[in-house]
Amino acid sequence: MPGPSPVNILYQVFIDPFVQMGTAPDLFVQTIWEGFVTGVLYSLIALGFVLIFKASGVFNFAQGIMVVFSALTLVGLHQHGLPAFAALGLTIVIMYGLAFGVERLVLRPLVNQPDIILFMATFGLTYFLIGLGELMFGGEPKTMIADQLYLPKGAIDLHILGGLVSLQKLDITGAVIALVMVAGLGVFFQKTRIGRALRAVADSHRAALSVGISLEQIWVIVWFAAGIVALATGVMWGARSDVSFALQIIALKALPVLILGGFTSIPGAIVGGVVIGIGEKIGEFYWGPLLGSGIESWLAYVIALIFLLFRPQGLFGERIIERI
Amino acid sequence: MFYREAGQFKTTYAADMAVFPVLQDRIGFGAILAVAYLVLPFASEFLLHVVMIPFLIFSLAAIGLNILTGYTGLLSLGTGAFMGIGAFACYKLTSIFPNVNIIVWVIASGFFAAAVGVLFGLPSLRIKGFYLAVATLAAQFFLQWCFIRIPWLYNYNSSGSIEVPERTLFGIPITGPTATASSRYLVVLAIVAVMTWIASNLVRGRIGRSWMAVRDMDIAAELMGIRLLQTKLVAFAVSSFYCGVAGALLMFLWYGGGESGVFDINQSFFVLFMVIIGGLGSLIGSFMGAALIYTLPIVLRATPAALGVPLRSETVDHLTFMTVGVLIIGFLVLEPMGLARLWQITKQKLRVWPFPY
Repeated sequence: MPGPSPVNILYQVFIDPFVQMGTAPDLFVQTIWEGFVTGVLYSLIALGFVLIFKASGVFNFAQGIMVVFSALTLVGLHQHGLPAFAALGLTIVIMYGLAFGVERLVLRPLVNQPDIILFMATFGLTYFLIGLGELMFGGEPKTMIADQLYLPKGAIDLHILGGLVSLQKLDITGAVIALVMVAGLGVFFQKTRIGRALRAVADSHRAALSVGISLEQIWVIVWFAAGIVALATGVMWGARSDVSFALQIIALKALPVLILGGFTSIPGAIVGGVVIGIGEKIGEFYWGPLLGSGIESWLAYVIALIFLLFRPQGLFGERIIERI
Repeated sequence: MFYREAGQFKTTYAADMAVFPVLQDRIGFGAILAVAYLVLPFASEFLLHVVMIPFLIFSLAAIGLNILTGYTGLLSLGTGAFMGIGAFACYKLTSIFPNVNIIVWVIASGFFAAAVGVLFGLPSLRIKGFYLAVATLAAQFFLQWCFIRIPWLYNYNSSGSIEVPERTLFGIPITGPTATASSRYLVVLAIVAVMTWIASNLVRGRIGRSWMAVRDMDIAAELMGIRLLQTKLVAFAVSSFYCGVAGALLMFLWYGGGESGVFDINQSFFVLFMVIIGGLGSLIGSFMGAALIYTLPIVLRATPAALGVPLRSETVDHLTFMTVGVLIIGFLVLEPMGLARLWQITKQKLRVWPFPY
């Protein structure tokens, strides 16, 4: 390899990666697919954030932990001898209990406090859930009960573009589940009575209250919905790797997804997640070696930061109107 | 009754603008300083090293973050990284110029942190609130990556960590393995005391008032003629300066060496807790918050053993996590304005005692 002259560096940054993409298109497609799958999981976490932020204006830092906590509960209950689907049912019940408890013990007493105070309260919730989850089910990494839940295994190998692109069936299932969930939430928001109430609350708390919508009830529903999303995310993520609190760091990745997509937009969360996921993988794969590896840890944030400089409310966020 | 300022007349403007206009405050503050300088240096090595030094250092970091978040209203999650900048800058400076006094470099490292802080503060003009908080996460993760990936920063040590050399002040070692806890404590105390005094004057003056105007409503502040970019960047600079000095102190006078992992995202959250629990926009709150949040896990962890309850250490850890979480929520529910507000209420109660109002 020639020495690091400026021309060489420019070549390595601007030309060489694209040459690589062109010469090995199968590898490129594979990278995009990997990025897409990671992105879908980011999207799912971001989706939980958006649901709660829209309905209660709370920046729920605990969403990442809720993912881990629900997955841990599911696996833990199964280890204690419950059949897989009974454990799944019971986990859903527990997530409802959590939503109820959060509304009663955290949100209701803190209503009308500044945003940052509520944000901090969800931090407290994070700590509590970490402690509780580890106390009940132990801190060691666990394997997701993918087989018992009849999640497909293996891979589909596509012979395209003169090479081999391998798609894990599990990942495809994950993407499908994500799609179904988003579509379901869309229908729920647009067509049902509760969905309309949710949108009303998101629009204005006070106006919603004045037409007789119960904020407390809406918050429980929203936190429960976020809990279900967290559970689905936890199952998919847990099936790809172990279930452990290391996931917590990955959950922080949902934050750039959020700012990219906007805090209040469900399609934004999905698109943002996919953009960040793909951008991160391509960046790491093609440009990472230039900088030394590990740029995955901050690339997402920098991508989001650059987008923010041009659109401060995120790609799909509602326009921020400020009045004196 | 105990805290009544009746009869204390202010006859000059200087007296009116004093940091402690009330006599009782002056006495109390003097007493605290006297204890801190004259009694505590003779306390046990353990008390100084485990409690007092970290408490002071975290107070300084909390003041730094409070300037940004509490006074200027810009939420930042990058405190840990800015502290790291301070530590690494101080390490590089003292390695390159070993003959210059370490105190000079500890202070100078703050300027490096300030410069980086300004750089990452630039987006604050366009983005606000939680969007900005996530943007500061970019600083946190990028800088943390730099601390690991740029070996020049840690002098190409094979361990990849800072190894604090021995440095002296007036012939007495204050850093490195031979420094006693009391000498390190006195240095930290002096720096923290001076910087707190500077901060208290900053926030009362023109700059502090423009910060608070920006916090309360930035558009209105702009209409009143406050330059937003300048004000916000100064806040970022001063805040990062304090965090940087705190980071340098943490590495040189407390840890005495360590990896960049010390300055991870959890450190940022930790300092943010101190600021929120202590009270946004209050210097004394920064100290109270640091004292509470720093000592809380230590006390909780020691409690089961002290009570004679046999628990495994992991279980204790988990219970500590849970209790800290519950206490944070409980505390926020009881007093969202933080410990500083409780202190104000207490003072008012003392003023009117024995009457209810």
